[in-house]
Amino acid sequence: MCSYIVEKAHVSGSAKGPSGWMRIDTANVYFDHPYHAPLDHALAIDFVCEADGARERVAVELSAASARELVAKIMVALAVGENAHAA
Amino acid sequence: MSYPGLIAETVAFTGHHDDQGEAYYARPTRTGKFPGVVVIHHLPGWDEWTTEVVRKFAFHGYACISPHLYFRDGPGSPDDVGARVRAAGGVPDEQVVGDVKGAIAYLRGQPNAAGKIGVIGFCSGGRHAYLAGCRLPHIDAIVDCWGGNVIVDDKSQLNAKRPVAPIDLTEQMRAPLLGLFGNDDQNPTADQVNRTEAVLQRLGKDYTFHRYDNAGHAFFNTAREAYRPEQAADGWRKVFAFYGKTLAG
Repeated sequence: MCSYIVEKAHVSGSAKGPSGWMRIDTANVYFDHPYHAPLDHALAIDFVCEADGARERVAVELSAASARELVAKIMVALAVGENAHAA
Repeated sequence: MSYPGLIAETVAFTGHHDDQGEAYYARPTRTGKFPGVVVIHHLPGWDEWTTEVVRKFAFHGYACISPHLYFRDGPGSPDDVGARVRAAGGVPDEQVVGDVKGAIAYLRGQPNAAGKIGVIGFCSGGRHAYLAGCRLPHIDAIVDCWGGNVIVDDKSQLNAKRPVAPIDLTEQMRAPLLGLFGNDDQNPTADQVNRTEAVLQRLGKDYTFHRYDNAGHAFFNTAREAYRPEQAADGWRKVFAFYGKTLAG
């Protein structure tokens, strides 16, 4: 389906795109037709900086399964890393 | 009849509010008059597949244009611009109707214009085709390919950009409508397609719906897993037979 549903996550950090590093403040997350990935639907994330006008983005399009894998690994990496740095 | 010789290019066109935008235009190279087709792209944007569709119509003897509905949010590559538009909640229906009107005017203004004009849209563009068919008086044939949200069951989805469900404008539809749908689609669902048909029937509209088993959304799209070669080939035959009848003469 074509939906207009976009989840916006407020993030703080940087992303590297075609013109180099940029600060980001928003991740637009949606599950819909991808532009590039050969999938019916993809979990897409566009990292942008709305404060700077969101003219550039760093984009990914992931299969649903791999998006869930990524979520799990992010949680693992955070837990392991925070534990290590707390030691 | 097909015309292997064709020319395809990006052209300037005048859209809603006289805004100057870009469009992809293709036509047979031979001398002659050709019916026109406006291709309305899907939500992800004005992509490579859209240009393939435009060239396909030119190959089959039509002068065809696809306006870049997101040109106001450029510059940038169509995918980046599409992402901006999505993040902003899409484009307003009123603007799309104005851009389609401008694309029709472009086709009518060409020396090769035979006179009749059809519109075709895919996914959100299918909805836009249905909408344009209700809102614009000078369309001769409408093709809605699996347009979602023609029926809006959740009224909270209506907003300033999309204030009216196209189904509620059906009475204004003047041209014949061809609808192609996959029975496994989730938007529109088979039930929504049935309810759309019921409205068209009740209002005495000239319509033909084809429903395909083992097909979901976007089953024409060769770049997707959703592609269903047999159903797509039959669907294209239906499109060209429909335009052959409605746009001739």
